[in-house]
Amino acid sequence: MAVLTTALVRTLDPVVLVSEGGGAPTVGPLRGAVVALLVVVGAFFLVVGTVGLVRLPTVYNRMHATSKATTLGASSILLAATAYFGPRGAGLVSLVGIVFLFVTAPTGAHMISRAAQRMGVDFEPGVTWPGGEGVDDPTAGEDADADAD
Amino acid sequence: MASSPSFLDPVLLGALVLSAGITLVAAYRVIVGPTTPDRVVGLDVIGTNVVAIAALYSMRAAHGLFADVALVLAIIGFISTITVARYVTEGDIIE
Repeated sequence: MAVLTTALVRTLDPVVLVSEGGGAPTVGPLRGAVVALLVVVGAFFLVVGTVGLVRLPTVYNRMHATSKATTLGASSILLAATAYFGPRGAGLVSLVGIVFLFVTAPTGAHMISRAAQRMGVDFEPGVTWPGGEGVDDPTAGEDADADAD
Repeated sequence: MASSPSFLDPVLLGALVLSAGITLVAAYRVIVGPTTPDRVVGLDVIGTNVVAIAALYSMRAAHGLFADVALVLAIIGFISTITVARYVTEGDIIE
């Protein structure tokens, strides 16, 4: 009787149906191959990002390497999770995670780079702001505004 | 019961070990620095790697709950990055 009731609830309640998507799925050989390919690509991009973080010379260069490559790597692995779990439940959560990473990683890198520039961390020698000789530090005006606050 | 092709588990295990090793390598940048933004970038990379590790573990354990763990870790990593960047520039987090 209890089994029958749970079966009835599972067919009727959409919340339970969605949470069922997070259970252990049956993965065929083709889906398994797609998951393995996405995982390998993601791990490769994570390696690239971390090598860039360790090897590149200044904060700005390191940020350039990590904010793109690491986002791609984590997104690829999350996409593999979506392929593994299917379009409901945990797979949907992984898709939301991809969107979230693509929105937040550039924002965070931009905030850190602005903070580094405010702190006076130098560029690589020979690198200047774009626009030639007449253009100075574009954040100088912002600094004045911040002081006015 | 879950069934998956036999080649999937070694791939997932290898990717897990690789990501864990890479996270340790990223800790080098957090320890050595030399500036505070360097450390923040290193912590950001560690956060993103841990998101990937949680997603990998959710597949290896066939447990969808760990996908939620990955999402929450991504949110917390973003908030901490923004907080440190704001603390460095403004000298204050909440005015």
